[in-house]
Amino acid sequence: MSSRDKILSAVAANQPRLSLLPDLDILKGGDINVVEKFTEVLTAIGGKVINIARLDEVTAYIEMNTAAGQRVVNLLSEPLGMRAALTDIKDLPHTLNNIELAVLHADMGIAENGAIWLNENRLGQRVTPFICQHLVVILDKSNIVPTMHHAYEKIGDEKYGFATFIAGPSKTADIEQSLVLGAHGSRSMTVFLRDI
Amino acid sequence: MESGVKDHAELAAIFNKDENRVDWHDETLWWVRQKRDKMAHGLPGWEALREAASQIKDNVLSNLSEYLQQFETNAQANGIIVHWAADAKEHNEIVLELLLKNGIRKMVKSKSMLTEECHLNEYLEQQGIDVIDSDLGERIVQLAKEPPSHIVLPCIHKKKEEIGDLFHIHLGTPAGNADPQLLTEAARHHLREVFLTRKAALTGVNFAVAETGEFVVCTNEGNADMGAHLADIHIASMGIEKIIPERKHLGVFLRLLARSATGQPITTYSSHFVKPREGQQLHIIIVDNGRSIQLGREDFRNSLKCIRCGACMNTCPVYRRSGGHSYHTAIAGPIGAILAPNLDMEKYADLPFASTLCGSCSNVCPVKIDIHQQLYKWRQVIVQKGYTTTAKKASMKLMAFTLSSPAAYHTGGKVGRWVLKHAPFAVNNKFNPWFKQRDMPEPPEQSFGEWYNENRKK
Repeated sequence: MSSRDKILSAVAANQPRLSLLPDLDILKGGDINVVEKFTEVLTAIGGKVINIARLDEVTAYIEMNTAAGQRVVNLLSEPLGMRAALTDIKDLPHTLNNIELAVLHADMGIAENGAIWLNENRLGQRVTPFICQHLVVILDKSNIVPTMHHAYEKIGDEKYGFATFIAGPSKTADIEQSLVLGAHGSRSMTVFLRDI
Repeated sequence: MESGVKDHAELAAIFNKDENRVDWHDETLWWVRQKRDKMAHGLPGWEALREAASQIKDNVLSNLSEYLQQFETNAQANGIIVHWAADAKEHNEIVLELLLKNGIRKMVKSKSMLTEECHLNEYLEQQGIDVIDSDLGERIVQLAKEPPSHIVLPCIHKKKEEIGDLFHIHLGTPAGNADPQLLTEAARHHLREVFLTRKAALTGVNFAVAETGEFVVCTNEGNADMGAHLADIHIASMGIEKIIPERKHLGVFLRLLARSATGQPITTYSSHFVKPREGQQLHIIIVDNGRSIQLGREDFRNSLKCIRCGACMNTCPVYRRSGGHSYHTAIAGPIGAILAPNLDMEKYADLPFASTLCGSCSNVCPVKIDIHQQLYKWRQVIVQKGYTTTAKKASMKLMAFTLSSPAAYHTGGKVGRWVLKHAPFAVNNKFNPWFKQRDMPEPPEQSFGEWYNENRKK
């Protein structure tokens, strides 16, 4: 008998009587101000939130926070000035190691934990939001949901090969519980909130 | 134990030699526990969330064979290659074979307690494979040639000065520098080079969804993603109990996991792997290694609901003051003490006794495992099967005799009070295990029975 069959038959023989799944709707909680909550939580975990009216403000931010010659990757559908022209990054993912700053569009934000949802079709390469030194995310206020239950309701049966929640910069507290930002992933995460 | 291997009490005695360090270890973990409390108390409906998680996991265990097959079918349809391993040995051999078949001799690994349980690193090293752990805490203990002492905080037992010395020797940081910022930056550069050059990456699995065939890996550092998205082969190792029924159930567990573990609202990264990257191989190894046996133990099957948050360790007064290494098993603390006897009852017979049965572990557990009750039940099984030491058996027999005989009980009490009062040297010495790290109590003038008899007449 193969290990697969051995395991499955041992599990089938030993599992208890079928019990029912709970109803998750009661967990959603009451109404909250999602923009306020998202901003408060993401700021508390080391992220930055900036409210904007127009994308020009992102262009200005990038020009102020990067130097000429540093690699900026723009994965939105529109260019952000000279330094962040639209980029195609279909080569080997290893070539992205020199990205100073990446700009992405997120389809959803979650108020209760400050996370954003990124489907791989927004990333160019899966490794982009992890390998860049700094991550900039554009998010529409209307796409912020209160909790993870709402988030998965919205995700539904969305198709993706890879997708991820990112909440703030990469961090570690492995050395004596001292919090350090910038472990292996991005050193910072800045979310620009649009009034849409 | 009697075979010459040190048990929890003996190993804890070594840890307890440095009292300042024990205090520091205790306070650090208590601080993490308090962060967890702040999150739990700040979230409306926390108890309903725990209850839902517990019920989902109950359902998983009750329908596991079906869910495992559903997961396999869906994962295969997504292009994932699924392997099954009955035990640790088979798991390790599958990993080795995958590496050799692809001509790979160097692998990067993110946190996976399952591979610790299987002793994968030692096995691969013996076969000439170079493995580098990429979680900062795990890299630190790997450089120190030690196992992790905590499932979420692998080097919580280490002082930053010791880490500074390790990094000076292995990574060339300035001698005597123990600044966490500088040390983390050094590790970032060292490990980025590793991520960019390794062709194989192994990760753990936090949750595997039967409905979709996807699996989720949670990290704060981003090391699992850096490894997986740059490697030609991604191998994910999971225990059979990591299955959850539907994608929407992730919402429940992702809300609980980081809040319970470190007091964060969510881990920085919660990555959902469905299909291999173009040109990449994605393998999953589904491991039993004793889990199906535990599933059949009615009193202990609930231990399989564990989501490995570590909250029971952070709150445990025994864990905090004895350190993870004194548990001599991959998963320390209260949850480890109910998982380990299933794997080897004789070797881990001491662990269920390393508890005060205070119940704090059960109170913080996000999936409501009755940990302290299982510890108590394991003690009974272990004694019945004869796995306790001769001294413990003798003292329990003496205790049973004393408690069943009123005369012996009263005499024993009198003798005890007399000795504490008139001959304290007879108990305040190293032959009395209760005297270690403790002062003996002040003896009362009389027993409650004596007091009652005297006062009843008034």
